[in-house]
Amino acid sequence: MTHGKGLGRKVREWWVEEDSVDNTLFRYRRLWVSIIVSTALVSLIPLCIMVVVNYYQYRKAFQEEVKHPMRLLASNARQSLQFYLDERLSVLNYIVRDKSFSELCDQKELTRVFRNLKENHKDFIDVGVIEADGDQRSYVGPYGLLDKNYNQQDWFKETLLRGSFVSDVFMGFRKFPHFAIAVRSVNEDGQAYILRATFDTSILIRIREAGNTRASRDIFIINREGVLQTPSKTVGRILERVKLSVPPLAKATRIREERDPDGRMRVIGCAHVGNSPFIYIVMERRDTLLTSWFTLRNRLLWFLAVSVVVIMIVILAGATYSINRIREADNKRLSILHKVEYTAKMASIGRLAAGVAHEINNPLAIINEKAGLFKDLLTYSEDFPKKEKFLSTVEAILGSVDRCARITRRLLRFAKHMDIRREPINLESLLREVLGFLEKESAYRSLEINIDVQEGVPVIESDRGRLQQVFLNIINNAFGAVGDGGRINIYIAREGDNHASVTIRDNGVGIPPEHLQNIFEPFFTTKEKHGTGLGLSITYGIVEKLGGKIRVDSQVGEWTKFTVILPVTIEMGAQDGRNASTAG
Amino acid sequence: MSVSATTTAEYLLVDDEVDFVVTLAERLELRHLDSVAVVHDGETALGYIAAHTPRVVVLDLRMPGTGGMEVLKTVKERHPEIEVIIFTGHGSEKERMMALELGAFAYLEKPVDIEQLARTMQEARARVGGEP
Repeated sequence: MTHGKGLGRKVREWWVEEDSVDNTLFRYRRLWVSIIVSTALVSLIPLCIMVVVNYYQYRKAFQEEVKHPMRLLASNARQSLQFYLDERLSVLNYIVRDKSFSELCDQKELTRVFRNLKENHKDFIDVGVIEADGDQRSYVGPYGLLDKNYNQQDWFKETLLRGSFVSDVFMGFRKFPHFAIAVRSVNEDGQAYILRATFDTSILIRIREAGNTRASRDIFIINREGVLQTPSKTVGRILERVKLSVPPLAKATRIREERDPDGRMRVIGCAHVGNSPFIYIVMERRDTLLTSWFTLRNRLLWFLAVSVVVIMIVILAGATYSINRIREADNKRLSILHKVEYTAKMASIGRLAAGVAHEINNPLAIINEKAGLFKDLLTYSEDFPKKEKFLSTVEAILGSVDRCARITRRLLRFAKHMDIRREPINLESLLREVLGFLEKESAYRSLEINIDVQEGVPVIESDRGRLQQVFLNIINNAFGAVGDGGRINIYIAREGDNHASVTIRDNGVGIPPEHLQNIFEPFFTTKEKHGTGLGLSITYGIVEKLGGKIRVDSQVGEWTKFTVILPVTIEMGAQDGRNASTAG
Repeated sequence: MSVSATTTAEYLLVDDEVDFVVTLAERLELRHLDSVAVVHDGETALGYIAAHTPRVVVLDLRMPGTGGMEVLKTVKERHPEIEVIIFTGHGSEKERMMALELGAFAYLEKPVDIEQLARTMQEARARVGGEP
């Protein structure tokens, strides 16, 4: 009855069934939910734990990984800048050792020295000698700085004090950004003087960019006051103060994270360049740095989502399949139980019927004989007043005895046919016999019952008792469906060469379409308190056992039609039951 | 006329339902079967048969004591010439087959039409033959 149905439809069946059936055996919905919840927990909890652990491990690894190249870049750039500055200091130190103060004060000699410097180091802008009082004694370069006095400038004081000095980038007299490297020496008279050279900031920019492979990085140099020594992509122009906390002086390269003025996190690498005011900064927004992490994170979350969906689909399908199998097994078991119960019940009824029939037969025989004798005496006696009246009375008694005898014979035949056995059956006779059981009720209720038989309907070989049971049940249902004065039409027909059909159609209340599909299910009933819901289920089972088919059609408020199609011969091996005969 | 169980009769009716069998005998007498004896159990029947050798025995199957089937068997062993008609209200196909195999002349189920019974008894008597 439920072959070939989808899972969803099957779920709906027992989901709705549990609402409508008052039977504690059927708890499929709860079982279904339990299976799904427990299986989902067992499957999804480890999956979620694994994904969460992976998530945090990957995130930590990625965060460390993005810091590493920044640290490397800052360290390399610091070394390069340090090397550059040390080299320029060495050159200046070499010059003051190689040349005397008077030579360096000689403009021609200084020009020759500057020319030599320019040949090897293009970054030198100019070079000058400054006496201890701050006056520039000699100068070679593009600016007219010969008579300038640097007595008040910080770099001059620092150089005299420390012996060498690398300045911040500054504008100075020439009004463009540059920085200076100066070394202190002593002239022939023991007076200190300073050899100073200035450099274009482009060298800082070149060193700054060396080794950078990411356009999203902002790399710049600041001094210890946080003033930009090179241009920056994001934090300002050269010589502007940046909105950035200046890292404390440290030899090691440091990586830290902080929020920019817009509130976005950025990763900052800092490296102090020794013996100089320069701090090398490499900076990048964290979300840019972690792009690959975000991609992986999204994939991880997608993997989790897809896995959860797939697992849930499999669990739902599995649980539904399992519940359907359990339900089928339950129904089968119940069906067998009901059949056994029914068979036992019918056997008891059979025994009772046979016993009653036999016990009634004896007194019935006495009545028959006594009445017969009475009739004989009347027949053989001479006429007397009211003899005919006596005779008709005796005939009535004998007629009633004969009727009782027919009933007891029918009961005995019913009991004998409890076994499954094959015998030739004329369907019309069988149906008339079944209707005989119901003739009183049909007479009381003025029901119109017609039997119509098609020509050429074969005598079938089947089980008489079982077929009586089938048709008695269907006709009983038809009796229940029609009102007093209702009509039941029975049509017996040939179905091809090997089958015959019996159609029982009533003009009763009909069956709603939503009940039609369940009408042969065990326990399905529309009779509420009065029906067991087993009658049509047993009927269906018997018809199937006899190799036949049963179907039902109905129009609510109009009619209901049961059609039983039976084979002309049933297959052997379909027999069961037990001998319920109590003949004696 | 019907005869007592101590008198020789052509027909013996054996049935534990006294009212039934006595009335039956009376009705048979009305149909000119007037040499009918009546007994009500199997043992008495066997004693009567041994003493008087009736020609036809009409025998019920279910009786207290010796049952009808046993009486039939004994009668056919001892007096195969006697025809036995089984006349029972407890019949079954199996018992019908058994009775006929044991040599019963007919197997009738109660209630039966008196004319049919009388006819069957006369046919049985005719088969036995001999003088009345």
